[in-house]
Amino acid sequence: MKSVYILSDNIITSLGFTTAENTAAIENGVVGIREVDDPALYPSAVQLSLVNSLLLEEKFAAVLATLHKKNPASSFTRLEKMFILSIHEALNTRQVSPGDPRTLFIISTTKGNVNLLENQYRATFSHKRVYLWELGRTIQQFFGFANKPLIVSNACISGVMALMTAARFLHSGAYDHAVVTGGDIASEFVISGFQSFQALSPAPCKPFDLNRTGLSLGEGCGTMILSVVPGNSDGPSIRVTGAATTNDANHISGPSRTGQELATAMKLAMNQAGLGTGDIDYICAHGTATSFNDEMESKSIDLCGLTQVPVNSFKGYWGHTLGAAGIIESVAAVSSLRKNMLYRSAGFETLGVPSPLNVIGTNLSTPLQACIKTASGFGGCNAAITIQKK
Amino acid sequence: MELLITSYSHLHDNKVVVNDRLVFYQENILKFADFIKSVYKQEQITYPKFYKMDFMSKTGFLAAELLLKETTVAGYCPESVGVILSNSSSSLDTDIAHNETIKNRSGYFPSPSVFVYTLPNIVIGEICIRNNFKGENAFFISETFNGKLLVDYVEELFINKRVEACLCGWIEVLGNNCNALMALVENSELRQQQADGNYKPIPFNAENLNLIMSRN
Amino acid sequence: MDELINKLKKEVIEQLNLEEISPDDIDPDSSLFGEGLGLDSIDALELIVLLEKNYGIKIEDPKDGKKIFHSIRTMAEYITEHKK
Repeated sequence: MKSVYILSDNIITSLGFTTAENTAAIENGVVGIREVDDPALYPSAVQLSLVNSLLLEEKFAAVLATLHKKNPASSFTRLEKMFILSIHEALNTRQVSPGDPRTLFIISTTKGNVNLLENQYRATFSHKRVYLWELGRTIQQFFGFANKPLIVSNACISGVMALMTAARFLHSGAYDHAVVTGGDIASEFVISGFQSFQALSPAPCKPFDLNRTGLSLGEGCGTMILSVVPGNSDGPSIRVTGAATTNDANHISGPSRTGQELATAMKLAMNQAGLGTGDIDYICAHGTATSFNDEMESKSIDLCGLTQVPVNSFKGYWGHTLGAAGIIESVAAVSSLRKNMLYRSAGFETLGVPSPLNVIGTNLSTPLQACIKTASGFGGCNAAITIQKK
Repeated sequence: MELLITSYSHLHDNKVVVNDRLVFYQENILKFADFIKSVYKQEQITYPKFYKMDFMSKTGFLAAELLLKETTVAGYCPESVGVILSNSSSSLDTDIAHNETIKNRSGYFPSPSVFVYTLPNIVIGEICIRNNFKGENAFFISETFNGKLLVDYVEELFINKRVEACLCGWIEVLGNNCNALMALVENSELRQQQADGNYKPIPFNAENLNLIMSRN
Repeated sequence: MDELINKLKKEVIEQLNLEEISPDDIDPDSSLFGEGLGLDSIDALELIVLLEKNYGIKIEDPKDGKKIFHSIRTMAEYITEHKK
């Protein structure tokens, strides 16, 4: 089996347009979730983490100019602009070429251009554009990827699953490199749905906290470039070493009552990586801040014997970004490993889950070798990947 | 290790084929809703939750029921049975239904039981709940059926011992159009007893998947 | 009250897609969740939508749902008390 190295990455959220901007904001405790009163998004005010539209347009125009593209910016949807910016930024180190047939291209999204179902977009974009493969084709053509994108749409674990799929196809030797991108935008479609589930918090979300009152939605995009070649970045090599998914077989919207199935995914990933409980330095959790999700995750972490291990959720900073979440949170975890830095879990004050988790209360500089990233979602799905130095 | 399609079902154009046998056909059904309900009734399944599912989940659920009747996966441990599915339009059929509920500011009543199905992988959840399958999951989207992707992905799962049996297929439902293929893939060395003596398992490869898709 | 109970039974069956159940099958006093009709958490949320859509009653705290949606009769009583 071949090693899979993380060469470069990008994060676009309310906190910034690069990984560095995002991690700097997190280091300074900046929370990107705020009250938004925009009738185009929801009839009443909601807490959201939104990408700055003016900056998005500005930066996108700059990319079009740099690449001498003739297509007008208006021929791309908001989500496509985010995908293109994110991939462009991550490819900037020029270690991997999209045109190489050995480069796998993977897109993770839950809803893609679903906002195009709204009347206001009918005149601008063809009906076909709501299909995820058409969104994929648009981005493939923009960069000249040799391969059609492999599109993963598996609820809130999509991002982690996309990274896992890339790792598996690189491990097996089917491809040498992979560009893995994930994104979703805040839309009335999604906001109204989560609101009907009464899942949205009236204040910025508080993962694992006693007084948590639900999740906050966010939008964003992230990209990770993987390769079987270690690459030429400064600092230690970082690898994806293990991965697994499981299903609760319990309920389509409520998580497992025992946490056993997520625990199984975590153990399988750790076994594949050859990591024991004592080897895990950090858990980058899903942490949506709904009552049941955080409860379930705490039980899983307990079942794995990892309650002592520092854990955080990045959703307190940029909300739940759906198809982007697994990727941007993994990128943030990679940054933690690179910088040997544990980031505070934003919104957390008092432990409010059944198992005694070691939730990170303040930023802490400490040597880090290995971490596990988890995700769970509707449909009863769970995923875990391990990320390690060297 | 040889991987075999030990059972399959194919639902399309008012027809249901299971392991090369036509098990349901009615010429004059115009609505997909009537077709899928007729199949459910004919199979005499008692599962009240069926009526709560959206069309894609109903289709995937029945596709799994039909082929699992022909074989037995009971001998595998729940964690080693995977479900890997794909389609073209994701959950667009139900996305449109949810979008209808938020079109106007008056009568603005988004429904949680509709919204929950606006994710393509919910059908995997429904199949897993029904059969207590707890292994690997994935849902992929491609413009047209991509048998090679399914074969490449599922083979990896077998090689890495993540699954001992795996349902895989294509569940495409949009409006009154449906094309659903579900195959049970097993390792010839570990495979459970086959109930249907007339069907000969065929090698699990893209050609055979495409053949089943095009044949019936 | 009986009229409202019968109307509610039909509305619940329709809203929750309880296809094979007829109004006569539902005892207005037996519990809707758990043993009774076997409803789940999504059904509970759906009943909140039903109250708002058909009766203009908004339940702010989902935790109140447990009492209100205990049975068809408790629902009918709540509606009678809160209907505008």
